[in-house]
Amino acid sequence: MTAPVLEPRTMDLLRFATAGSVDDGKSTLIGRLLYDTKSLFTDQLAAVEAVSLARGDEYTNLALLTDGLRAEREQGITIDVAYRYFATPRRKFIIADTPGHIQYTRNMVTGASTADLALILVDARKGLVEQSRRHAFLCSLLRVPHVVLCVNKMDLVDWSQEVYERIADEFTSFAAKLEAPDLTVIPISALHGDNIVSRSEKTPWYEGPSLLHHLEHVHIASDRNLVDVRFPVQYVIRPQSTTITDYRGYAGQVASGVLKPGDEVMVLPSGFTSRIAAIETADGPVTEAYPPMSVTVRLEDEIDISRGDMICRPHNAPSVGQDIEAMVCWMDETRPLTVGGKYAVKHTTRAARAVVRGLQYRLDVNSLHRDESATQLTLNEIGRIRIRTTLPLLADEYRRNRTTGGFILIDETTNRTVGAAMIIETA
Amino acid sequence: MSQTSRYRVSHLAALEAESIFIMREVVAELERPVLLFSGGKDSIVMLRLAEKAFAPARIPFPVMHVDTGHNFPEVLEYRDRRVAHLGLQLVVASVPEALEAGLVREPADGTRNRIQTPVLLSAVEKYRFDALFGGARRDEEKARAKERVFSFRDDFGQWDPKNQRPELWSLYNGRHHPGESIRVFPLSNWTELDVWHYIAAEGLALPEIYYAHEREVVERDGMLYGVNEFFAARADETPFVETVRYRTVGDASCTAAVRSVADTVEKVIEEVAATRITERGATRGDDRVSEAAMEDRKREGYF
Ligand SMILES: Nc1nc2c(ncn2[C@@H]2O[C@H](COP(=O)(O)OP(=O)(O)O)[C@@H](O)[C@H]2O)c(=O)[nH]1
Ligand SMILES: [Mg+2]
Repeated sequence: MTAPVLEPRTMDLLRFATAGSVDDGKSTLIGRLLYDTKSLFTDQLAAVEAVSLARGDEYTNLALLTDGLRAEREQGITIDVAYRYFATPRRKFIIADTPGHIQYTRNMVTGASTADLALILVDARKGLVEQSRRHAFLCSLLRVPHVVLCVNKMDLVDWSQEVYERIADEFTSFAAKLEAPDLTVIPISALHGDNIVSRSEKTPWYEGPSLLHHLEHVHIASDRNLVDVRFPVQYVIRPQSTTITDYRGYAGQVASGVLKPGDEVMVLPSGFTSRIAAIETADGPVTEAYPPMSVTVRLEDEIDISRGDMICRPHNAPSVGQDIEAMVCWMDETRPLTVGGKYAVKHTTRAARAVVRGLQYRLDVNSLHRDESATQLTLNEIGRIRIRTTLPLLADEYRRNRTTGGFILIDETTNRTVGAAMIIETA
Repeated sequence: MSQTSRYRVSHLAALEAESIFIMREVVAELERPVLLFSGGKDSIVMLRLAEKAFAPARIPFPVMHVDTGHNFPEVLEYRDRRVAHLGLQLVVASVPEALEAGLVREPADGTRNRIQTPVLLSAVEKYRFDALFGGARRDEEKARAKERVFSFRDDFGQWDPKNQRPELWSLYNGRHHPGESIRVFPLSNWTELDVWHYIAAEGLALPEIYYAHEREVVERDGMLYGVNEFFAARADETPFVETVRYRTVGDASCTAAVRSVADTVEKVIEEVAATRITERGATRGDDRVSEAAMEDRKREGYF
């Protein structure tokens, strides 16, 4: 058994999150993907087998591979996001394995926030359940660009095309209401490995790719926004050195757009304009910078720029505003979000403070019903809020830009991250 | 060339960009960062990333080595050479000194893994470090698979796995009260193989013991331990010479070598790609203690 030879120069990176109800086969599927791509190690497997045996499990419980915390193993549930890695010659994959239960909505939101793709599992015997819809909704809220619905345990429904199509149709019509992104539906058996790495003979009626083939080929390069130049200044590099004098570089990671030397740029919030003199990296200057590159931008003119400022283009700038409308997922178990509450805000590289001015509604994540009489949001609840910030945020709508459109709320007493917010509009 | 192939970013470049972003966030938001540098391959990669993140300026923080006193000489030499070359301040948190001062006691089995933690924590307190870069990766161990990039520690340096801050997008929350600190893991999303690919791509030098060499070893609990001043063969063990290399470099009294003929970075990459045992499983006596050995040590303040 040898692992595939990797091609580090041509491989790219795909991050995906998994979601599904308890027992839908999520852990089995991840175990299967790791096993079939030779990413599972024998000592990990042996440890899991030993624990399974000691606990009297009837089968080797692959869930133990991802359930890494003592409490998770003791309670037999997944509490927190676990990250797993595997690679094929085409891609490296980062899996955020998120727990499916409603009390872990915040973990699913966390896993989905950075995902290029979400894998939602359903049990073919049960069909879509409340959780499947909630997971689909959360993926659309977080703007995960690609969704794969895996109809699992097809072996238990005799590989019935009819069962599969009923579930696929129902999910597709539900997803259509969500401005859903690219959706793919695949009939699988995680336990037996059908349609995981290669197409299965059991599903001659299924024309699509195997799951791994899809993960390897799904086109993610164009998910990046290459149009709107957004470069949040992260850190100003000014060497204190006798050999390098008068150097001033603005370090950061390109959030979106393509920057080139010579481009005319505008710096916010000041509004000053200049041109890009050079784009540098430790490996030398580059002629273009695009997401997710970390680079250092130098400008032709000396203007006062500091962390939290944003470099953009004069005719394509984010909005500069202190009144922000956003959808927020509340993540604090101790204190609810209420109107009048004050929080620290982190948005791109910018820190501010904010007061909640209004709570328009709380959203029922299962029915999508809007409760306009709500006065607070408790743990895992999602609602539309209006905030006023102490400093203007340099922001885009989240639907247009996942980096400049998202922010977190931090409790200033406990310092905990208590809310994840997606901007709808700013003024 | 089409638009998309023109703007493509390899997985290594994406990992590098993410790690650099993380390091710059720390320097921008925290007051007294320090980078844990042992001379091991992960910390060597981390130090290279720090160099790149702040170039052409110098790395704007010191490095710290938690020295158990059980060192491989090649690794110590490497550490000192690298630190001198980069012009960095080196803080050594010394277990032998702590033993002498009575801060910790030598465990009966002679392994010093566990007593590193109080030594590390007292150095953190002494220098008032509020951010510690560690080279741990999530692929190493199942408790680490759950840890955040910015991992909050209370004023006893402890990790509470059930009470971690949600980490969304790339918005890391480094806020803390005086006395508390943040452990930062810029290599969270790297695998052992990524690290080796990066070492090859960057042409990074490593301590020689990472490559195949002949060494006198004994076999104990299925692992090959080099015989040295910190690891003696027992009466019933017969040392023999074997061609080995180290996959990890830790305390010389409990880090095992693996049989290997990989004497170049290319051969190591081939070997790592084909191996079916995790790096800690193959080389660390200390992680075999129990199912939750790592989680327990991390709770106490270990990396
Ligand atoms: N027959 C069959 N059983 C499956 C399949 N996938 C998972 N299972 C079983 O379903 C149960 C729950 O699986 P698990 O992976 O732990 O689900 P999770 O809670 O979503 O992680 C286990 O007994 C699995 O063996 C499948 O494709 N076919
Ligand atoms: Mg599970």
